[in-house]
Amino acid sequence: MAAWSFTAVWASPGGDRQHRARAVFAGLVAVTVLVGLASLNVGATDTPALGTLLALLSGEVVELRARIVLLDIRLPRLAMGLLVGAALAVSGAVMQGLFRNPLADPGLVGVGAGASLGAISAIVLAGLLPAWAIGWTGSYTVALAAFAGGWATTLLLYRVSTRHGRTSVAVMLLAGIALAALAGAASGVLVYMADDAQLRSLTFWGLGSLAGATWAKVLAAAPLILITIFAAPFLARGLNALALGEATAGHLGIPVQRVKRAAILLVAGATGAAVAVSGGIGFIGIVVPHLLRLLIGPDHRFLLPCAALLGGTLLVAADMVSRTVVAPAELPIGIVTALLGGPVFLYILLRSRGVLDM
Amino acid sequence: MKRLALCLALAALPASAEGERVLSIGGSVTEIVYALGEDHRLVARDTTSVWPPAALALPDVGYMRALAPEGVLSVAPDLIIAEDGSGPPETLDVLRAAQVEYVTVPDGFDRPAVRAKIEAVADALGVPERGARLADRVDAELAAAAEIETPGPKRVLFILSTQDGRITAAGTDTAADGIITLAGAENALTGFEGYKPVSAEAIGAAAPDVILMMDRREGHAVSDADLFAMPAIAATPAAQGENVVRIDGLLLLGFGPRTPEAVTRLNAALYGERS
Repeated sequence: MAAWSFTAVWASPGGDRQHRARAVFAGLVAVTVLVGLASLNVGATDTPALGTLLALLSGEVVELRARIVLLDIRLPRLAMGLLVGAALAVSGAVMQGLFRNPLADPGLVGVGAGASLGAISAIVLAGLLPAWAIGWTGSYTVALAAFAGGWATTLLLYRVSTRHGRTSVAVMLLAGIALAALAGAASGVLVYMADDAQLRSLTFWGLGSLAGATWAKVLAAAPLILITIFAAPFLARGLNALALGEATAGHLGIPVQRVKRAAILLVAGATGAAVAVSGGIGFIGIVVPHLLRLLIGPDHRFLLPCAALLGGTLLVAADMVSRTVVAPAELPIGIVTALLGGPVFLYILLRSRGVLDM
Repeated sequence: MKRLALCLALAALPASAEGERVLSIGGSVTEIVYALGEDHRLVARDTTSVWPPAALALPDVGYMRALAPEGVLSVAPDLIIAEDGSGPPETLDVLRAAQVEYVTVPDGFDRPAVRAKIEAVADALGVPERGARLADRVDAELAAAAEIETPGPKRVLFILSTQDGRITAAGTDTAADGIITLAGAENALTGFEGYKPVSAEAIGAAAPDVILMMDRREGHAVSDADLFAMPAIAATPAAQGENVVRIDGLLLLGFGPRTPEAVTRLNAALYGERS
């Protein structure tokens, strides 16, 4: 467990880490911009993004479909990719810091399972809902239910693991596993009840996709995700100190309880929103923080902002692959993230065994 | 229609007339388009459209329930004819915004449903007379195929899959149930709706005379020997008589112009060739 712990890696030779982190951050900003522009330019239709954008801005008449491809398909998709990727990566980094466990990801505290249960309920039980409820939530019923499910699980977990104002991370970890199992079982019951068409919707929801990106979804998910991205670095000092153990962190003057509570709430918000709009996209939350720790070390002050950029960029890049390789059809993005990221991750792990073997 | 044509003209699209570039979503819809002789207008199809073989040459925009908006727009359709249940809704919203005409074809698993499907597709293509003729012909064929004298209907169990020894079978309100009924037999499982995993005992209690499956390519299919050796099936009359019928999935469950053929084939397989 101490493999990447604060002191171990920080003390390892590697030159001026702070300087390096700044360079990596600047590099990531550039890469994000480039990948973003590239993703606007590629797709099943040959719509040149910049030309169309310039024409739109200068008020020229642009063909309806080109306008829709750029403004209603690719732009919201880019925004959602950046947001969801950032949300997953930052949440993963925060969770790994909080639990001092490199395997931790938002799934561990039941957000993922709870959100899935919410979504599955909405898909399977939609027929039981009153018509006004469906009409009111429109095509966002599934997203709203996923979000509610994620939050409900997290709040329940927090209640279970908090006693006399103290949250036990160990209890939270175990209760998270129990709640995830329960949510999984409840989902199983619903899957059994589902009819043929619902089952197919469930399968595709589970694989995750950015294909359903709309401005409404982006706007719905953005506030919670942006709050988390910008608020998480304020927890960096606390998370760094937690790596030394809770007691030590407390002695260092860190309000440990507040850090834990804030971390859980931020992760639940961001992950709930991300899962709600994009379904289950795995891999990013675990891999991105690891890659960055190998690059810039474990200091959360740099890790969290870099995770936001790299997570978003990776997801947008994966999405580009998912919508071009089998065009005009699309691959589910979860397949792409795993196919592309898995081998790269393994390669980097093997190359950096010197650091990890300590 | 006039407003739509005007919009299309304003948008300076290459299309010369409304409905010139047709995208067909759903295996049975595509079959109907071909049967109506309107296939020259097709520009693309979905993954489930695998018949007639000529359709395979068209670009594939993906699975009917997981369509990507840009993929669909990339084939520049003026008219999309889609089986009920195509989507997802977000994609359909974008297509509406792009002013692509979108027609949903109702689904169903009986004789009137086949007629309704054909007529819906023909109306969407603007060839209602030809649609009525095709619907009349298919309906007459269906009526003839369904006129069967049986010594008493056989009990048929439709098995969708036998993954890991778990049998997923067809209950009521399924295409399999519909075709079994049309072929003059009865579905052995009636306690539930849709395709569900069923217990070994439920299959034993259902006591099917015949097992019906989709015909898969070599290597994907469970062999007869393995099938009849499954504990759930071994005790059934079907296993004792080694009665299994395999028919191509789209033909069997498509409920399109080829359904009379499916009924005849299934009926012949169940009751023997009639002269």
